[in-house]
Amino acid sequence: MDGRTHENLQDLDRRIVLATQSGLPLSVRPYDALAAQLGAEPALVKRRLRDMLADGRIRRIAAVPNHYRLGYLANGMSVWDVRDERIADLGLQVGALGFVSHCYHRPRHPPAWPYNLFAMVHARTLDEVMQHVAEIAELLGGSCRAHDVLFSTRILKKTGLRLHRKPASEPPRDAPGAATTN
Amino acid sequence: MELLDRELINALQDGIDVSDRPFLALAERLAISEAALLARVAQMLDEGVLTRFGPMYQTERLGGALSLCAMRVPETRFEDVARIVNGFTEVAHNYRREHAFNMWFVLATETPPEIDTTLAAIEDATGCKVFNMPKLDEFYVKLRLSA
Repeated sequence: MDGRTHENLQDLDRRIVLATQSGLPLSVRPYDALAAQLGAEPALVKRRLRDMLADGRIRRIAAVPNHYRLGYLANGMSVWDVRDERIADLGLQVGALGFVSHCYHRPRHPPAWPYNLFAMVHARTLDEVMQHVAEIAELLGGSCRAHDVLFSTRILKKTGLRLHRKPASEPPRDAPGAATTN
Repeated sequence: MELLDRELINALQDGIDVSDRPFLALAERLAISEAALLARVAQMLDEGVLTRFGPMYQTERLGGALSLCAMRVPETRFEDVARIVNGFTEVAHNYRREHAFNMWFVLATETPPEIDTTLAAIEDATGCKVFNMPKLDEFYVKLRLSA
């Protein structure tokens, strides 16, 4: 494969990302529709998408539900001050809990922010979130010095991926009514 | 919510494959046509039950960068600061949380160095210190909710 072909693939991948960052065409043959939109070979577009799935550039091709509309009204960001030498091991254990949707190691900013492990807990009620937080506390035991839970009360802005800048075509989606406090 | 929509949401969260007719098998299982399935998806997107349907890109693998940032915004200035922060195209999401750290936003930039320059620009524009909390390690990322 010569350099030019390689460059063209990169360019095509970028155009695929641009064309699909707000979504996939809702068509019986969505990849053919996408290829037509791009003026590219359908078989090539499908191959590029499979490659991007295989190397992790695409996590999956899927629907993203609005958790508030599914009744998951309580969204608690639990934050934990975990001993550094245990975080890799305990982070994996916390991440494996069914009710934890995202789990990350992040830097502390002492003294204002002592927490280094973030675990997002989605549940239908605040009580349910707090029960889950208690389960995490039990799991972490003495390796955790302090924790807190931050509840979101408003979505101030939410847009899709805007990695590749393009003309402002859509305004940010606002919060659904259920997510607001005012 | 109708049972059909619940089944669709549950199935489509896991993802579709890259094939000529990726909705065919699911439509058959639910005993509806592909067109009817797509009409339901369009309706749910329209109503905001689904926020998106399509490839979920991993920003860092595409060469871009993400970071979670937090600020302690004085309550009297909260709306003004939210407007300024939201005005940055690099701010992908912004949430209010009930805490001294009351504003939490995610920056998404095309290249890693832009995270720092954007942070500095936000500090200049708002007069508030930005606490940068990029992920150091990822233990799990998959929001999957049963509808």
